[in-house]
Amino acid sequence: MNFDFNDEQKMFKQGARDFFEKECPKSLVRQMAADEKGNPPELWKKMAQLGWLGLVFPERYGGSGGNMIDLVALEEEMGRACLPGTFFSTVLLGGLFILNSGSEEQKKDLLTKVAKGEIILTLALTELSGSYAAGAVETTAVSNKDEYIINGTKLYVPDAHIADYIICIARTKKENNPEDGITAFLVDRKSAGISCTLLKTIAGDKLCEVVFNNVKVARKNIIGKLDQAWSALEQTLQQATIARCAESVGGAQKVLEMAADHTKQRIVFDRPLGSFPVIQHYIANMIMDIDGSRFLTYEAAWRLSEKMPCAKEIAMAKAWTSEAYRRVTANGHEIYGGIGFTVESDIHLYFRRAKAWEVTLGDGNVQREVLAKELGK
Amino acid sequence: MDFKEYSIGEFDTEEQKKFRQEVREWIDKNIDPRLTQTAEERGLPPDTDGDLTKAFGRKLAAKGWLVPEWPKEYGGAGLTADQRYIINQEVAARNIELPGHWSNFQGGVPGPTLMRFATEEQKKEWLPKIAAGALFSLGYTEPNAGTDLASLQMRAVSDGDDYVINGQKMFSSGVDKADYHWLLVRTNPNVPKHRGISLLIADLKSSGITIQEMHTISGMKTHEIFYDNVRIPKKNRIGPEDGGWGITREALSLERASVGSSPWAPKIVEELIKYAKETKRNGKSLYEDPLVRQSLAELTIEVNILRLFNHRINWMVDSGLNPAWTGAASKIWEAETSQKVANQGMQILGMACQLEPGSKGVPIKGRVELGYRETVVRSFGGGSDEMMRSVIATIAMGLPREPQMVMPVKK
Repeated sequence: MNFDFNDEQKMFKQGARDFFEKECPKSLVRQMAADEKGNPPELWKKMAQLGWLGLVFPERYGGSGGNMIDLVALEEEMGRACLPGTFFSTVLLGGLFILNSGSEEQKKDLLTKVAKGEIILTLALTELSGSYAAGAVETTAVSNKDEYIINGTKLYVPDAHIADYIICIARTKKENNPEDGITAFLVDRKSAGISCTLLKTIAGDKLCEVVFNNVKVARKNIIGKLDQAWSALEQTLQQATIARCAESVGGAQKVLEMAADHTKQRIVFDRPLGSFPVIQHYIANMIMDIDGSRFLTYEAAWRLSEKMPCAKEIAMAKAWTSEAYRRVTANGHEIYGGIGFTVESDIHLYFRRAKAWEVTLGDGNVQREVLAKELGK
Repeated sequence: MDFKEYSIGEFDTEEQKKFRQEVREWIDKNIDPRLTQTAEERGLPPDTDGDLTKAFGRKLAAKGWLVPEWPKEYGGAGLTADQRYIINQEVAARNIELPGHWSNFQGGVPGPTLMRFATEEQKKEWLPKIAAGALFSLGYTEPNAGTDLASLQMRAVSDGDDYVINGQKMFSSGVDKADYHWLLVRTNPNVPKHRGISLLIADLKSSGITIQEMHTISGMKTHEIFYDNVRIPKKNRIGPEDGGWGITREALSLERASVGSSPWAPKIVEELIKYAKETKRNGKSLYEDPLVRQSLAELTIEVNILRLFNHRINWMVDSGLNPAWTGAASKIWEAETSQKVANQGMQILGMACQLEPGSKGVPIKGRVELGYRETVVRSFGGGSDEMMRSVIATIAMGLPREPQMVMPVKK
């Protein structure tokens, strides 16, 4: 039993922390939140050079051959830094989906480019309902000779406005089981018939509405098997969910540290704020929220990397972590008081992200329902 | 990173498999079948003072398995941490809860405290007794000293080779069946309260001791105990005179870690899930009710966090890390999760939740109803959740302690 990273991972994690502290100051985070593209090219290039964009890809696709636990280590530091950009869309959604179900040729071509930082990918799954369930996929792709013609509207697609390729999840057959008949298409974002609108979001994440209007895609651009994309998609969402949980743990840990520092420095009623038990109890609650999140996430990541069943563990990690992160940031605001309510403070950067990430990839209610289903088996 | 301990046996090496088999066979041979039967039926509270449990514990003791990792010279079996886990898991799997200080297989509070603070002579005297199954009851709380334990007033006056003890303790659970009382007394009333306290071991057969029952809302008995000119030899003092407080703080953190590890909450959640699946309400399976599903999923997550928090302590101890405040986190989590499981469990059971064990029509043998009453004590017994939270914040994040008002000790 070991609740911690190994020595190599600890060094890697510390290296990532140092790197982000230098290369991703909060001024950059703010700038990118306001920026339309939201993707700092210099930082992206450096991360590619460090091998982080291909961290979990095998070496034959230009990656570093890391596992889920390595990814968790890196993600914690990204969360701590409020890293802006396209890691989520390009690596976690697009990259991992291709790794999970692409042909050898697609993997060689696309993953190598992702690892080098040459292309931006995204996954267009959710629609008007915002649901990640198979039944919510209403966008259609109809076969026409060597092509498919896609029609429908995708919503909350991250970074679609700057992506080179959009992996569009579309219904190719109507089956009783909504998980059947779903296919993934690699679509050039500049294809005729695609229109993309950038949405305004609470954390400055670049989410888009993407309308597919008679968009033609060659049959060879199907990723994985026709009608059978769902299981690879589920696998990808599981991996991305663990990564997002780790990112939340890193962010929450930073909020805790900032808030604890503040309680030591801020003098009220002639004594440090942190000497009041009511404040100590907030801090203790934050610690327990974070530790619960951390270990649920680690255990899920470990089980996934050991190829053990982990549907329950991932649902537990996401349900708990995403709500706990929000609570921690709300506690942080309460501890900071008025000064934390100003835009110059950093605490709100985390507060905003916590809510956005809570609803992304299935919120607490959704994940608890997933868990209840598993427990009912 | 690895989380292998969680599934019993799944990751055993060949050697561990062999040892586990040996443990299973030994338990099969040595357990009184009535014990597992009653453990199954009695629910909460675990009757840890029961004679059957005690008899089984003494058999474990004779094998050296109460304290498997202790060296043989102190009555242990000189085994490894892995082997202790296996013994621990296999005993827990039979639904047996051993008396307080036996429950974590390390001699509870007295064992590790003696290991750490006693003289070699005292270790030789007391550790083998603990390993052999001697029962200790904790003599901390008094009518005017609970959470603020250092306010205790039980007086010890030096008289030759002895102390003469006068005063009262309460909530000394199990003291009626125990052999020894692990006793905090005031040896010096003329200094600030933390600095005049000593730690003694009292033989409960000494003359001048009177024990009275106290009845709690869970039906579990506890006791108050009166000392009237009781003589305790000075050689039974652990640590220096007036130096008992520092030792006790260590001992309290050990107690917290052991309090946190009750298997009650996860078992009840399992029972509730089973109940919901088997029960129909308004013509539908209760498990189809979305609110019930959410509630059970929520409880499942929180008992899993409890499991992880407890394993973290084991991992830290085994890796030589100081668990410091993590025992306090486990203790809070155990208390609050158990109370939540009990309360939400009652909500799921509906009207039937109010039926007591033994009533006609009682669901889950009344374990939820009993637990609803029993778990009340957990958020203050062995240190209040409020104290624990301050412990966590001050140790984990270095928050400043609350300034203390200095008050003279009452004489």
